[in-house]
Amino acid sequence: MTRLKADARHSVRLTLNGKPVQSEAEPRMLLSDFLRHQIGATGTHVGCEHGVCGACTIVVDGMLTRSCLTLAAQVDGCEIQTVEGLAPSADRLGVLQQAFRRNHALQCGFCTAGILMSLDHYLARNPAPTEAEIRDLLSGHLCRCTGYTPIIQAALEAAAQLASSKKETSDA
Amino acid sequence: MLQAVKSANPGSGDEPWVGRSIERVEDAALLSGHGRFIDDLGVQPGTLHATILRSPHAHADVLSIDVEAAKRLPGVAAILIGSDVKAVTTSLVVGVKAPVECWPIAMDRVRYVGEPVAVIVASDRARAEDAAELVNVEYRPRAAVVDPLGTLSPGAPLLHDGFPGNLASDRHFSYGDPEKAFADAPHRFSIDIKYPRSSCTPIETYGVVASHDAGEDAFEVLANFQGPFSIHTVIARALKVPGNRLRLRTPPDSGGSFGVKQGVFPYIVLIAAAARVTGRPVKWIEDRLEHLTASVSATNRATTLAAAVATDGKILALDWDQVEDCGAHLRAPEPATLYRMHGNLTGAYDIRHVKIRNRVVVTNKTPTGLNRGFGGPQVYFALERLVQRIAIVLGLDPLDVIKRNLIDAGAFPYRTATGALLDSGDYQEAITRAVEQGRLAELRAKRDEVQARGGLYGIGFTAVVEPSVSNMGYITTVLTAAERRKAGPKNGAQATATVGLDPVGSVTVHVASVPQGQGHRTVLSQVVADVFGLQPKDIRVNTEIDTAKDAWSIASGNYASRFAAAVAGTAKVAAERVAGRLARIAASQLNVEAADIVFARGFVSSKHNPENRIAFSRVAALSHWSPGSLPDDAVQTIRETVFWTPPELTPPDEDDRINSSLCHGFIFDFCGVEIDRTTLETRIDRYVTMHDCGTILHPGMVDGQIRGGFAQALGAALYEEYAYAEDGSFLTGTFADYLLPTTTEVPEPEIIHMETPSPFTPLGAKGVGEGNCMSTPVCIANAVADALGVADVTLPLVPARLAEMVRRAEPPPPAGGAAAAPVREGDRRLRGEGQASVQGAPEQVWAMLLDPDTLQSVIPGCQRVDRITDTHFRADVTLGIGPVSGRYRADVELFDLDPPRAVTVRGGATGALGFGKAEGRITLAPDGSGGTKLTYSYDAAIGGKVASIGGRLLDGATRVIIGQFFTALARKAGGGSATGGGFSLFAVLTKLVSLFGGRR
Repeated sequence: MTRLKADARHSVRLTLNGKPVQSEAEPRMLLSDFLRHQIGATGTHVGCEHGVCGACTIVVDGMLTRSCLTLAAQVDGCEIQTVEGLAPSADRLGVLQQAFRRNHALQCGFCTAGILMSLDHYLARNPAPTEAEIRDLLSGHLCRCTGYTPIIQAALEAAAQLASSKKETSDA
Repeated sequence: MLQAVKSANPGSGDEPWVGRSIERVEDAALLSGHGRFIDDLGVQPGTLHATILRSPHAHADVLSIDVEAAKRLPGVAAILIGSDVKAVTTSLVVGVKAPVECWPIAMDRVRYVGEPVAVIVASDRARAEDAAELVNVEYRPRAAVVDPLGTLSPGAPLLHDGFPGNLASDRHFSYGDPEKAFADAPHRFSIDIKYPRSSCTPIETYGVVASHDAGEDAFEVLANFQGPFSIHTVIARALKVPGNRLRLRTPPDSGGSFGVKQGVFPYIVLIAAAARVTGRPVKWIEDRLEHLTASVSATNRATTLAAAVATDGKILALDWDQVEDCGAHLRAPEPATLYRMHGNLTGAYDIRHVKIRNRVVVTNKTPTGLNRGFGGPQVYFALERLVQRIAIVLGLDPLDVIKRNLIDAGAFPYRTATGALLDSGDYQEAITRAVEQGRLAELRAKRDEVQARGGLYGIGFTAVVEPSVSNMGYITTVLTAAERRKAGPKNGAQATATVGLDPVGSVTVHVASVPQGQGHRTVLSQVVADVFGLQPKDIRVNTEIDTAKDAWSIASGNYASRFAAAVAGTAKVAAERVAGRLARIAASQLNVEAADIVFARGFVSSKHNPENRIAFSRVAALSHWSPGSLPDDAVQTIRETVFWTPPELTPPDEDDRINSSLCHGFIFDFCGVEIDRTTLETRIDRYVTMHDCGTILHPGMVDGQIRGGFAQALGAALYEEYAYAEDGSFLTGTFADYLLPTTTEVPEPEIIHMETPSPFTPLGAKGVGEGNCMSTPVCIANAVADALGVADVTLPLVPARLAEMVRRAEPPPPAGGAAAAPVREGDRRLRGEGQASVQGAPEQVWAMLLDPDTLQSVIPGCQRVDRITDTHFRADVTLGIGPVSGRYRADVELFDLDPPRAVTVRGGATGALGFGKAEGRITLAPDGSGGTKLTYSYDAAIGGKVASIGGRLLDGATRVIIGQFFTALARKAGGGSATGGGFSLFAVLTKLVSLFGGRR
């Protein structure tokens, strides 16, 4: 096992939304702080720093991860996806993002990044979710503005749309 | 489930944009991670970072603060304690006339858990936090009081000399002839309420970046402050500069506020003071523990409400006795929570005789401030619980009692007994529609059905008037008429909006409304597009505020649900003013009368001859390129700023009548709840909420406000409470302890609308953001009371509380075993006992107990042990509980020594993570085979951070630590013998007091 010196900064390299990035972190630095303050990927937000609110949720090597409960040093060499990687291009939103906008599924938008990451990850593996499944999945996210139902609605709409576009593709 | 949001079709250009649920302009950036919240923005190179050391005690004298070790840490720039802050600031103003001060940091005494004690400023946050751990504060605890009625009792500890008896204000009011009404009435009903503390807890915490220009003695502050900007005057005064030397800006995005971010202002003073002392920019981002513990909270309130009632349920008079708990300091704008509803103390009812006693008290809890609903939840909980009580006792249907008392539809505008001018409404029609569209009959059938099969099902009703657009003068109702005359009149609600046209004729709007997610930019683009005949995408809206450059006034900001009614209306007025001038310019160019001009589809045209037209952008740009071409009677169209304040918002009159708000929406809610007989969990079966908020500007956003308020209110009703132990320890410092509702708890409310425009606002709109925070907690409580058949219910309606109501309190579990168990629900006192066997005779074990060297090596995490006397020890230990570890200094004394048989150990410990005291008795007895049998019992309690965040981990942690001790002891004593041979009373107690100190 690699031992890191507590008072030194160590190089951390990772792949962020498909692109290599590198910076330095003390062993105690949280991944959320590393992404935000060292890399400048400020789309991932920090709401509680104890793993309950879900705002900082990202995907690390294919697994949903609370970046506030992960050390930067732990993800050296990992592949990371964050909210900045969801849109197909800078001026266009993805299907899930569009569904959020259509359904007024966000107000302040602070918790939204984590919710989008959880849903994006889940819908890729569960193309036909029920409302109960979506509610269960998102019970690990706190939102104070919306009362949640527009988020559930957006998720179900996006799932349906993704499924039908996939079907069209395979039919073609 | 979800009601469909009517999506906008791309307009033909003719039908208005206002009233349509267009997609929000804010969303693209927020959905792709490009929001610009305060911590997303860069700072100037060299900016320092602050952390705040806070009091673990609810009430204590600060005897000394030793910052020397902390200052020596590399990267530490400065450490400010009370005296350093006092040297560069003055006290915050206090909202009542009393000789008290209110500082943003403790001076020589702390009065609530979480009160700032030192600000540590360093090159980065982590180093600042390292240094904070090395600051040594010596406290002498005082008795604390947390109950609003308890604080008024004669023996209660006093918080401020200037508030004798902990009473900050005591006012009596009388409207009509309540004495006679009560004397003549056939019935008198009374209800006692204790409304708990909660908060809407935005997911983004507070943030401040401040700098000071010593040359000009001017501050620049960026903060996610939400207003009201009357607070700007408070901050500037505290920083000892005129207003024009405090430039306060807000970031483009703010992660929710719900009133709460008004409470950032004391930290603006603190961080600005740190910037001045260090000569460098200083940044501070609050963490969640700080936020829950010490940011701000809604007030908790003890209310006794009595009603004089006729036999048919008609309420003839009300008698309010409200005791408002504002926490440890009366911070601006408090006691506003109490007076915000002053004009509305009769709710939706026609009651002409009202008597009020309003007391404001201080307790050892976090100071209070703005929070969604702001005074409404506290008032309506009492009023609507009482209405239900009246109905039950008189054998009437609660809905009939509500209807019997409603203000008549023909009576608007209606002046309430206490002074509010209710602008418009038709409450009877709203209820009729809600009952029908919300299918009340179905709920009643469901109740019968569930009750028939032995289930618990209840229905609750609430009728609420939702005030919006606060009168900036209502708070002066706390003063007597004579005091008000001396202070000068305060009233109004200035809203501002600026509409600008640039040299290519595109339109920019600026308002001082400081949204935190409400979509103001989208709605303003609709409002202004309608005036100019453009599309919303043609209008760019900026809602950031910069007090050095923008138009603003004391009422600016986002609170009192004032956006739709006041701010959007003001933007309309500003746009119309510009449009009027453009019409004159266009008229001269098109050779028509100005009255013939119409703005549509991007053109300014003649109504009679639409072909006679000119592009909007061309007319709009003229003032820039060719002011000489303007007709003689036209002035520039480059920029127009409008200040709008409604004349209805007058100061309190000589008889203390106050029109506390401009607009008054109406809400009628009913719901069915089912309570599980076994778990006593409350499930909302169906919730119906009827809203009349006047003209609706954006249906999707209105429903969004209703759903969001409903979810927060559901939390307040069922889960959320800022809980304090009796000693003032704060018990809910994490989101695992302070439970917010999640997707699995929040159902979709059935929302029904009715639109009765307000005659007092430019767009006919009223506020809608806070209503469900007022109506929903009591509606659910009424349903639960109906289901359980109980007279008194207290929020939050957690199963444990319902169990106490239904089954009475559970007896404590029998003592025994080594397990530590909380002795009381909601309190971090712990008691336990256990046994252990170690090798070695009692005499041998006894000697080890009193030997510091043995102890130091045996106690896990022990850095040093000093023997002060033979029976008095001090030790430094590092201890981890769950995710938090910290250093503690323990002080332990031995009493009642009976060597080698028994000893009583008593001690206390303090550290960055908390404090406390414990006492234990340990007995040693020969086990018959050469070893010693130890029996121990302890009684301990903790306070401070570890109580707030580690509470639920403590039982397990206790066992682990005791286990660790025995393992270490066995290892230490092992040298040759098989299983250890000593036991340290002192060590166990040191660990215990480190964990669970606390006064006894």
